[in-house]
Amino acid sequence: MATFVNLLIVGLATGAIYALIALGYTMVYGIIELINFAHGDIFMLGTFVTIAILSALGVQYSHPPTAMSWELVGQLALACVGSFLFCAILGVVIERVAYRPLRSAPRLAPLISAIGVSLVLQDVGKLWFGPTNVSIVPMPIGAISAGPINIDIINIFVLIVALALMAGLHFLVNFTRMGRAMRAVAQDRDAAALMGVNVNLIIALTFFIGAGLAGAGGFIYTLKFPNTYFYLGFQQGLIAFTAAVLGGIGNLAGAMVGGLLIGLIYSFVTLIPNNILPHGGNAWNQAVIFAILILILIFRPSGLFGQHTPEKV
Amino acid sequence: MSSDQVELKGQPESAVATADALLELRSVTKTFGGLTAVSGVNLLVRQREIVSVIGPNGAGKTTVFNLITGIYRPTSGEILLNGQSIVNQSPDRIVTKGITRTFQNIRLFNSMTVLENVLVGQHTRLKAGVLGSLFRPPQVVAEERKARERALELLSFFGPVLIERQDEYVSNLSYADRRRVEIARALAADPKLLLLDEPTAGMNEAETLDAVKYIRRLRDELGLTILLIEHKLAVTMGMSDHIAVLDYGQKIADGLPDEVRYDKRVIEAYLGRQAKEEADQRDAEAAAREEE
Repeated sequence: MATFVNLLIVGLATGAIYALIALGYTMVYGIIELINFAHGDIFMLGTFVTIAILSALGVQYSHPPTAMSWELVGQLALACVGSFLFCAILGVVIERVAYRPLRSAPRLAPLISAIGVSLVLQDVGKLWFGPTNVSIVPMPIGAISAGPINIDIINIFVLIVALALMAGLHFLVNFTRMGRAMRAVAQDRDAAALMGVNVNLIIALTFFIGAGLAGAGGFIYTLKFPNTYFYLGFQQGLIAFTAAVLGGIGNLAGAMVGGLLIGLIYSFVTLIPNNILPHGGNAWNQAVIFAILILILIFRPSGLFGQHTPEKV
Repeated sequence: MSSDQVELKGQPESAVATADALLELRSVTKTFGGLTAVSGVNLLVRQREIVSVIGPNGAGKTTVFNLITGIYRPTSGEILLNGQSIVNQSPDRIVTKGITRTFQNIRLFNSMTVLENVLVGQHTRLKAGVLGSLFRPPQVVAEERKARERALELLSFFGPVLIERQDEYVSNLSYADRRRVEIARALAADPKLLLLDEPTAGMNEAETLDAVKYIRRLRDELGLTILLIEHKLAVTMGMSDHIAVLDYGQKIADGLPDEVRYDKRVIEAYLGRQAKEEADQRDAEAAAREEE
């Protein structure tokens, strides 16, 4: 029971991070039908920016904070906002430079461009923090114990921040002027333009929000995990992409649910004992995730929440 | 053949910049590679007129609409709205200048509700940005409320039907109702000029009659100017102030419905050579009768 609750909480928290990244994949796909391969690397840079900001504020690995203080909360908030904005602006710049000029090109062209951007961002990361693991400052956040159940508070915090961001996004997309414009552009770009919607602005806005959420995801990641490195985006990005496909790519609720589900699977696979899978489930969780990706693609290519392919102009 | 044809071309256009001209096309040409879709078309639409563009399939009617709304840029020529050029402006800018449209094959946002579609139409009239939308200061809340009231007002133009279905997805609506929603959406941007691309296509007779009624009301009650493409000749003839006829990208006639109706070139282009022969025969018979 205790193990179950722990795995559930850890799974949900990890899943929330995947969900935040998956949202960026799904938003970009929804609006310009591009799989933004650079998105995972934006997330990776988000973890780096968070470390850089915290380090500039004096929160460093060499002398980590020993107790929670309001000052530390302020520093973390600053790092979160900073990472969000950095990644959001980076996303807009990438769209402007690498995708917009190719918008009317054959579909393969922007895809290749996205892979190129991904490699560039990885190299930027490598230049910035080197090719090896970068240790993250451990945060003095305790745990709640209730009998045998022992939950790191950080997991709760991750869940709250991620869910708050997702709620904000849901509200923005479904109940506001900008959200309506985004949905209109996603459904029929030309018709939206002919109703007075500035399509370029809305696409840029989509990249801003999607990449910003990856930035916030990067911040959360640094609270929960001990280290990051320049290749993190590729690895985690693929998992998040699987989450987006599982939920139905292009569908926001799908990405959120898909992310949480993938997190839970990731977490519960570790229960598989040695005698079933060599070295135990822990060694297999990525294999399981990608096996799921393949199964979805075969049996339900439109994902859990996806409808049949939306008609396109 | 050209001697008996009513020459109407150039007649209204020669009066340079008529005071009440709303839209003017001056020798607009559009080529796609080697294909000339629209060739040297002149067109004048005055305030509060209902003007129709007719012509056989592939005559370039929809291309003319796409040129006016900024989807295409003319290869040469000028398009003026209220005397000012709108060539080279993006489609969304042209909407803010006062031109909106509907589409031949209805292009509503199908996974949005009726009300939401009309709200998208108001996009340019509203101000709320991302931060305003998220943090909802009182002016954004008020703006959103007004936008909803206005959307309902526009829907009520078509009677209670659409008001009752405001929260339904447009994909659940009947064809005729979707056409109405599309017009309401186009009205939401407060246009001066409304372009209707085959507003009665796919409608039965009763629905068509109803459409003719509300198109007239758009002009009479809302003071709009309307340019429309129409295939049903009876519809066009009944409500247009004047009719421009396109064939192979060229305007072959422009005039009052009655003038266009009996124009030999129009008959030939629009109904085909056989119809022209029949018309010739009728003329000959009539002439023979008169002689008797």
